[in-house]
Amino acid sequence: MQDLSQRALDTAVQRGATYADVRVVRRSEESISVKSGRVDAVGSGETEGFGVRVIVDGAWGFAASSVMTAPEADRVAAQAVRIARASATARRRAVVLDDHQRAEGTYRTPYAVDPFTVSVEDKVALLLEAERTIASTEGIAFGEASYSAQREWKSFAASDGSATDQEFTHVVASIEANAVDGDELQRRSYPDSGQAAGWEWVVGLDLAGNAARIAPEAVALLSAPQCQPGRRTIVLDPSQLYMQVHESCGHPSELDRVFGTEASYAGTSFLTTDKLADGFRYGSDLVTIMADATSPGGMGTFGWDDEGVTAQRAPLVQDGILAGYLSSRETAPRIGRQSSGAMRADGWDRIPLIRMTNINLLPRDGMTLADIVADTDDGLYLASNRSWSIDDRRLNFQFATEVGYEIKGGKLGGLIKNPTYTGITYEFWRSCDAVADDSSYVLFGTPNCGKGEPGQVGHVGHGASGARFQDVQVGVGKW
Amino acid sequence: MTEIRTEAQAAARKVIAFATAAGATQAEVLFSEGDSALTRFANSEIHQNVAQHDAQVSLRFIDGRRVGCAATNRLDDEALLRLADRAARIARLQPEQEEALDLPEPAPIRPVAGASSQATREASPESRAAAAREVIAAADAIGVMAYGSFNTSVERVGVLNSRGVDVIEERTSAELIAVAMGGDREAGYASAAAIDVSDIDAAAVGREAAARARDSRGAVAIEPGDYQVVLEPYAVADLLETLGYVGFSALAVQEERSFHEPGRVVGSELVTIVDDAADPAGLPASFDYEGVAKERVVLIERGVCRDVVYDAQTAKRAGRRSTGHGLPAPNTFGPFPLNMQMAPGEATHEELIRGVDRGLIVTRFHYTNPVHPKLAIVTGMTRDGLFLVEHGEVVGPVRNLRFTQSYLDALAGVEAVGRDRFRVSGDYSPVVVPAVRISTFTFTGATEH
Repeated sequence: MQDLSQRALDTAVQRGATYADVRVVRRSEESISVKSGRVDAVGSGETEGFGVRVIVDGAWGFAASSVMTAPEADRVAAQAVRIARASATARRRAVVLDDHQRAEGTYRTPYAVDPFTVSVEDKVALLLEAERTIASTEGIAFGEASYSAQREWKSFAASDGSATDQEFTHVVASIEANAVDGDELQRRSYPDSGQAAGWEWVVGLDLAGNAARIAPEAVALLSAPQCQPGRRTIVLDPSQLYMQVHESCGHPSELDRVFGTEASYAGTSFLTTDKLADGFRYGSDLVTIMADATSPGGMGTFGWDDEGVTAQRAPLVQDGILAGYLSSRETAPRIGRQSSGAMRADGWDRIPLIRMTNINLLPRDGMTLADIVADTDDGLYLASNRSWSIDDRRLNFQFATEVGYEIKGGKLGGLIKNPTYTGITYEFWRSCDAVADDSSYVLFGTPNCGKGEPGQVGHVGHGASGARFQDVQVGVGKW
Repeated sequence: MTEIRTEAQAAARKVIAFATAAGATQAEVLFSEGDSALTRFANSEIHQNVAQHDAQVSLRFIDGRRVGCAATNRLDDEALLRLADRAARIARLQPEQEEALDLPEPAPIRPVAGASSQATREASPESRAAAAREVIAAADAIGVMAYGSFNTSVERVGVLNSRGVDVIEERTSAELIAVAMGGDREAGYASAAAIDVSDIDAAAVGREAAARARDSRGAVAIEPGDYQVVLEPYAVADLLETLGYVGFSALAVQEERSFHEPGRVVGSELVTIVDDAADPAGLPASFDYEGVAKERVVLIERGVCRDVVYDAQTAKRAGRRSTGHGLPAPNTFGPFPLNMQMAPGEATHEELIRGVDRGLIVTRFHYTNPVHPKLAIVTGMTRDGLFLVEHGEVVGPVRNLRFTQSYLDALAGVEAVGRDRFRVSGDYSPVVVPAVRISTFTFTGATEH
C-alpha cells in the first residue's frame, strides 16, 4: 500500500505537481433489513481503490482507480496532473494551502464487540424480535428493522511528508412502525441514528423495548388531531433538534459553501465572512455550537482529516455569536485562519470536501428537559424528524416531525399528527430561551449527509439535549 | 447483446460458476465497469476536476428460500471466490423465508437505439474545461459569476443469472449544469443532458443561465400565498421524480404507502405520465438491474392512475410479470421508474405565460422533501429565477418562496401543458418533461433573496 502511494506521489511530482496526496481506502460494509416478518435483504460489500489529488499550475486535479497496481498508480497520477492542467485553463486565483505540521500516526475507532464478527443469525434474530413487536401491535400495516455496519481503512500520504493510517467502524440501526388508514399514513421510528462503535451500541439501543413504545403511537397518530397553524412555543426533543443543528448551523458554517463552491448544487450560505468579523448574533446567549471531531462515539470523529490535519474541537457559535467555520487548508487562509480539519472524502473515488464533524449544541446547566416542559405553559413538544428542507442560503427552513404532543400547564398532553414548523435560521435560534442540561444529551450519528458533485455521502454527528423556542410558526400548509 | 466484452463480465461468469459450485439453487450477478469524470466550476473558475475508473460485481445467491447478497470491486479469482462464499454464508445463516424468490428467466430483449456515444466515451479534461470556459464567458458577458459542473460517463453494465439471463449494454451520459449569480443576488439556472456529449451546446446553456440571472436582478419581496404558476421543465422534473419516489412503485402500493390506485383520478385530463426506457428522448436502456427487458408503463393517463412499475419480487407477489424496473440487489426500496416522461401539450411557452392572470414563473425547485408521502404533500424552495406575471405579462423578478403543496393537487390543477419537451437530469434519473401551467400552487413562506 505504501509502495503504491509513494509511486503515485513520485509520478505526480515528477510530472509537475507542486503538491500531491494519495488516499488508499478499503471499505467493508454489511446491511440487514427485516420487514413484515421476513428477512428483506442481507448484503455485504467491499470496495478498494486509491485517489490521487494534485496541485499543478495553482489548480486542482484528481483521479482515482480500483486497479491497485504500480502501472495504474503511474497512469492515475499522470491523469490527475493532466486534469489539473485543464483546470488551470479556467483559473482566476491560485490555490494556496495553509502551513501545517506534518501528520503522522494511526487512529482506530474504539469498540467493544466487532460487529463484523457477530453472526448474521444473531443480528437477524435481534431485528426480527423488534419487528415482531411492531407487527403484533393492532393497527400496524408493516414494520421494519434494519442494521448496517461499515469499516473503512484509510491510508493517507502527501508530498509534504504526512502519512497516517486510520480505521473507522460505524454502526447504524433503526426500527420503524407504519400505520395506514385510507390516505393517512403515520410512521414512528427509533433511533434514526448511528455511532462510531461496535455491536454493543446496537444491543444497547433496546430495539425491542422501544418497538413496544413506538408502535402504539404510530397507530394512535392515525386518529390524533392535526397540527393546527399558528405561532407557538415549541420544545424540540433531541431526536429533532439534531437535525435542526445539521441543516441550519452545520451546513451554513461550511466555508466552501460560504465561498460559493457548492453553489450549483446545494447552494451557498448566509453566514458570509464579514459576519465573523462583525460578531454576528446567530442565536440567543444560550446557544453554543461546537464542531468537535474528538467526540467519543461520534460519526464525525477521527484522528486526522483527509488533508492530514489533526482532529479539533472549536466553536462555530459561542454564546450566540458566530465564532468560526468548518474549513480546509485552502479555505482557512482566506479568512486568516488555519484549517479546522474538516476535509473528508466518501471513499477512494471522491475528493475530500469540507464536511461536518460532530456539530454539537452544548447542554446548559440549570434545567433538565423535563424542567423545560414543566416551565412551558402552552406549547408543542416535537420529536423524531420526518422531513427537512432549507433554502439555498440556509435561511428559510421547514421541518416535519413524526409526532407532536400538546404542552398545557407544564404537562405533556395528547398526540398531534403531521406537525410542521418553519422559520428563518437566525430568528429561530435567537428565540431559543432554554437549552436542557446534559441529562438528556444524545450524540446522534447521521450516516447520510449528501454533498458535492459527483455526490458524496458523509457520516457526521450531532449532540443535542433538547431546547425551547418562542413564537414559531407551526402547522404549515393545507391539510 | 454480447458484442461487448469487459473484465467485469468475465468475472461475473466466474462468480456464477463459483456460486453454483457452492450450492446455490439460483444465482445472479450484476456487473458494471466504467469511467466517469466531472469538471466543476465556481466563481468563474474550475475548482474541482475529477475522474475515476471502477469495475464491480454483485452476487445474489439463492439457496432455496434464503437469499444473500455480496459485492466487490476486486476482480481477481481469490476475491471472486471469497465473494461467492460470503454470499452463500449470508444466505445460509438466515431463517427460511415463507416467500420464495425466483430470478427472471431469459426473454428476448430488444436493444435500444442510441444508448451510448463515442464522443462521450472520448470526452477529455480539455473538452470539459473548454465547455466550462464557454459557460464562464456567457456569465462574464453580463457581469455575473458562473457556477456549475460538466459530467461525462461511460458504463458497461450487465446481468448474468443461472437461469440463462445474459445481457450487457454500454450506456453513456453527459450533463452540464450552469448557475449564474451576481452581487445583487440575481441568479439563473440552465442545464442540458445527453447521451452524446456533442449534443450539448455549452455556450447556449451558459447564455440561458446568464440571461435568467440578468432578468432576476432587483428581485422584490412578495407575500406567500396561493398563486397560479408556470413551472419550467426543471421544476416539473421534481414533480415526476417525487411522485415516482412516493407513489409509482409496486412495493409502495403493496405496502399501502402509495396514493396510486388504478382508475383513481389524480390529475387533469392534460396529464399523462409514462415510463419508457426505449424512447431516445430520454436516456435509453434496454434492461433493468435484474436483466429484465424494460417495458413501457403508463403511470397516469389523462389524469387517471393506470399502472405502476414492478421488479421480479413485487411482480411475483402480484401474480404478474416484472415490467423491468428492478434496482440493484439487495434492494429494500422496491422497483423504480427511471425513465419517466410527461406527454406534451399544445401550448407555446408564451401561451403558458399569457394564460396567467396573476402568478409566478418558477425556474426550478430546491431541496424538496415529502412532508406526507401518501398525500404527496411536498415542501421545498424556489431557486435561480422566480418571476411575477400579471395579466399575461412578466412584471419582474421576485424573491424566492417556500411552497408546501400536494403534488397530486398540482397535477389536478394543470390547465395547460407546453408543446416542447426537455430532457432534464433529476436526482435519480433523467426525465422528459414540458413546462406546465397550474391553476393554484400554495407558497407558505419567504426568504431574503
